[in-house]
Amino acid sequence: MLKLDEPVLSDAEAADIRSYLEAQENKTLLRFLTCGSVDDGKSTLIGRLLYDTKLIFEDQLAALEQDSRKHGTAGDDIDFALLVDGLEAERQQGITIDVAYRFFATPKRKFIVADTPGHEQYTRNMATGASTADLAVVLVDARQGILDQTRRHSVIASLLGIRHIVLAVNKIDLVDFDAEVFEGIAADYKAFVKDLGFASVLPIPMSARHGDNVTRASENTPWYSGPSLIEHLETVDIESQPAAQPFRFPVQYVNRPNLDFRGFAGTIASGEIAAGDEVVVAKSGKKTRVKRIVTYNGDIPRASEGEAVTLVLEDEIEVSRGNMLVAPDARPHVADQFAANVVWFGEHPLMPGRMYLLRTETDQANATVSHLKHRVNITNFAQEAAKSLDLNEVGVCNFSLQAPIAMDPFEDNRTTGSFILIDRVTNATVGAGMILHPLRRAANIHWQALDVTKASRAELKHQKPAVLWFTGLSGSGKSTIANLLEKKLHAAGRHTYILDGDNVRHGLNRDLGFTEEDRVENIRRVAEVARLMADAGLVVLVSFISPFRAERRMARDLMAEGEFVEVFVDTPFEECARRDPKGLYARALKGEIKNFTGVDSPYERPERADIHLATSGREPEDLADEVENWLRERGYC
Amino acid sequence: MAQNAGCSSETFRLGRLVGGAGVVLSDHATPKPGVAVCRKVTGMPASLTHLQRLEAESIHIMREVAASFSRPVMLYSIGKDSSVLLHLAMKAFYPAKPPFPFLHVDTTWKFREMIAFRDRMAAELGFDLLVHINEEGVRDGINPFDNGSNVHTHIMKTVALRQALDKYGFDAAFGGARRDEEKSRAKERIFSFRNASHAWDPKNQRPEMWKIYNTRIAEGESIRVFPLSNWTELDIWQYILQENIPIVPLYFAKKRPVVDRGGMTILVDDERMKLQPDEKVEERTVRFRTLGCYPLTGAIESDAQTLEEIVAEMLTARTSERQGRLIDRDEAGSMEKKKREGYF
Repeated sequence: MLKLDEPVLSDAEAADIRSYLEAQENKTLLRFLTCGSVDDGKSTLIGRLLYDTKLIFEDQLAALEQDSRKHGTAGDDIDFALLVDGLEAERQQGITIDVAYRFFATPKRKFIVADTPGHEQYTRNMATGASTADLAVVLVDARQGILDQTRRHSVIASLLGIRHIVLAVNKIDLVDFDAEVFEGIAADYKAFVKDLGFASVLPIPMSARHGDNVTRASENTPWYSGPSLIEHLETVDIESQPAAQPFRFPVQYVNRPNLDFRGFAGTIASGEIAAGDEVVVAKSGKKTRVKRIVTYNGDIPRASEGEAVTLVLEDEIEVSRGNMLVAPDARPHVADQFAANVVWFGEHPLMPGRMYLLRTETDQANATVSHLKHRVNITNFAQEAAKSLDLNEVGVCNFSLQAPIAMDPFEDNRTTGSFILIDRVTNATVGAGMILHPLRRAANIHWQALDVTKASRAELKHQKPAVLWFTGLSGSGKSTIANLLEKKLHAAGRHTYILDGDNVRHGLNRDLGFTEEDRVENIRRVAEVARLMADAGLVVLVSFISPFRAERRMARDLMAEGEFVEVFVDTPFEECARRDPKGLYARALKGEIKNFTGVDSPYERPERADIHLATSGREPEDLADEVENWLRERGYC
Repeated sequence: MAQNAGCSSETFRLGRLVGGAGVVLSDHATPKPGVAVCRKVTGMPASLTHLQRLEAESIHIMREVAASFSRPVMLYSIGKDSSVLLHLAMKAFYPAKPPFPFLHVDTTWKFREMIAFRDRMAAELGFDLLVHINEEGVRDGINPFDNGSNVHTHIMKTVALRQALDKYGFDAAFGGARRDEEKSRAKERIFSFRNASHAWDPKNQRPEMWKIYNTRIAEGESIRVFPLSNWTELDIWQYILQENIPIVPLYFAKKRPVVDRGGMTILVDDERMKLQPDEKVEERTVRFRTLGCYPLTGAIESDAQTLEEIVAEMLTARTSERQGRLIDRDEAGSMEKKKREGYF
């Protein structure tokens, strides 16, 4: 065991640096995280580990002592938390906001530790730390026992594929090193996690502040006979799923410096490969062999999981980024519909029907949640019905993608079974997903090829199909302008149709209300109908408030290139409320109508509308002319 | 390229690479096989060593950027971390050259040996080198002696970097920062988002799950990418030793003319350094753990003339490498502040 006053390297070791480094080279790496509720002592524990393994330098220690006096919460003692709480906001508030990575080594292993925040609002940062960890140290304050955050973090750790848990029953000094307290908490925790599928759960009584059972057995806990934290971290066996996994190689980058070389670069997600081995392109099913495995240090005969290599294939076959080279006898699923666990990070809830960008390690596709099956209550695992997932909630969802991806269930492969969800307007990472299984529906419903096409139908009508999407506040004049425009187009011999928000709600969408979830579904249906009508060759005028950018974006993506024309009818709120043609604003402002756009539900203005109609001081006739001219100039009519 | 032939797990060649400063620049094109090149070719698939995992992770990150961004650039600061970054980039895209240019933001106060080394590496490896200097700063005569480290660093480094990124319209920029260097860096993502004015928002970072990186940005925004995030100082040296990577001779101990000033040992690198009345230049055997602008970078007393001796010295050191950097001492949290302003 390491002692404080001993140098990292003895003089003898320093003299024979070569053997020292060779020994370093053979060390294995363990990545773990510390998690648990606020004030359970996570940062203090890491500070203690760094200090006891002498990873703190003198200048850092001097700075730490100075900081402890200024911001510290440990009285005259050194406040170890200040070592890891590196952001100004964290030091001022005395809390951890984001995950910090720290590095230390013992004679047996190297460690990367992620110190993660305990506050519920920063759960996404805890998940970030957990996604790359092999083990989680879950801290509990001995005086508090198991809290909601303890449960939440344990569930997330399990979902993200962590198989080993250390339950650090911390601040044991503050309960007078009472064995019964420790046993009670350990029993509670084991009962809670029995269905979470952990391979090992080890409770340790600990005082991070004073170092009890951190690097060495404490004299204060004679009733505890297990290992100290470091002893356990040094020896725990993390080789959970070794070489037997089938070969998976997500193609990351096609390297083509000249016509004579075409290599597929990527990191082997699982299994191994040798030159001469047969491989299959996951999405096309085409077979070929690996001709060479190219590295900077020369061709190598074989490579395995974790290596970043470049493969050259025998045959010139179509493979691009996002596809996967795989073992012929154990292929991944290729599907555009699947079920997955989702942890939601977005400030804005996950909405079934809304389109997100789904990204795997190298592939991406537009995706919608076709069905939110249930939300998981993290305190008792109950499956609860839900219409959306809020920040930090966990649920099981069915996904529907615009293009198929190659994948494995997450429990078989952490790399090919995971994905993130990205908000297509803000580009924020709003969710993380772990694939459960593909849905067979996708495989059984094929597109029926039809001989009369959109082009031929449009040609017969002598027009170019288009979807004119009028968006704007209630009372802004959308329907009035659309109506005038349709009359003009009709008079010019164009085949048109108007889909009006109010009218559609009397029929197709009469089952929908005005909650955000229902509004998303409302737009999705209308966009699909508009698409069918454009497919029939019509010029479709859609007059819908459609307040959210994400849904207008979804509608645009459903149509062919250049077919979707966003028309922003820009009338100030005050003007709309003054006009109030249906008396709705008066009622909404009195609170009689809920979720009214512009009053208590937001309207997200288009950022780049194709046509921006600033209506103030202009006549509807004039505005309809403007749209008609725009269409004529671009050959729509 | 070195082949595997003759490599076995016993082959562990850590040649004495350096006898004196001039020998450091070994021929990069024909590296001697170090231990990383030697792979077990029979039996069970060996699980990768710590350094092999770090190397693979860094290469993966570089390829991800090359595949996802339209105008990436690699910041090249000439130090040891940049040398490792450059070496990894050569590996990641082999047999092609790295598909992006390298950018050196020259404060005009770098050690002369650094500039010579930079130009030699660019010529030898044939990468595309861009050098940017804040000409307004030069015109205003900004320098670390008269303006102090804060103003000098802000104008000649932070502002200069922003100028260069805007001038070329880079949408992703690699840097060599490591999480073990400094507390705010320990908190930063590998793919670190910057708004249109290059600022970092530490309280609102994107979650970074597994190895799936969110590379989406809007017009004018950019990403800073840190492929060495998970490397430690020891890993860097070990890797330099193992891969025989050329580094600036200033890292090795040698008799050099120095002056003690402000608690640091400063190398008198050119005539622009004016001596105070009580200062005198001494020839002492010193070297540098980290390299920056010469008036702001403290030398350490050392006899370490080989990579092995450097590693041995590092492992017995009781101070951190950034201790030699004046710019980090200005105030607590000063790195975070600089980063929020657009510093790397």
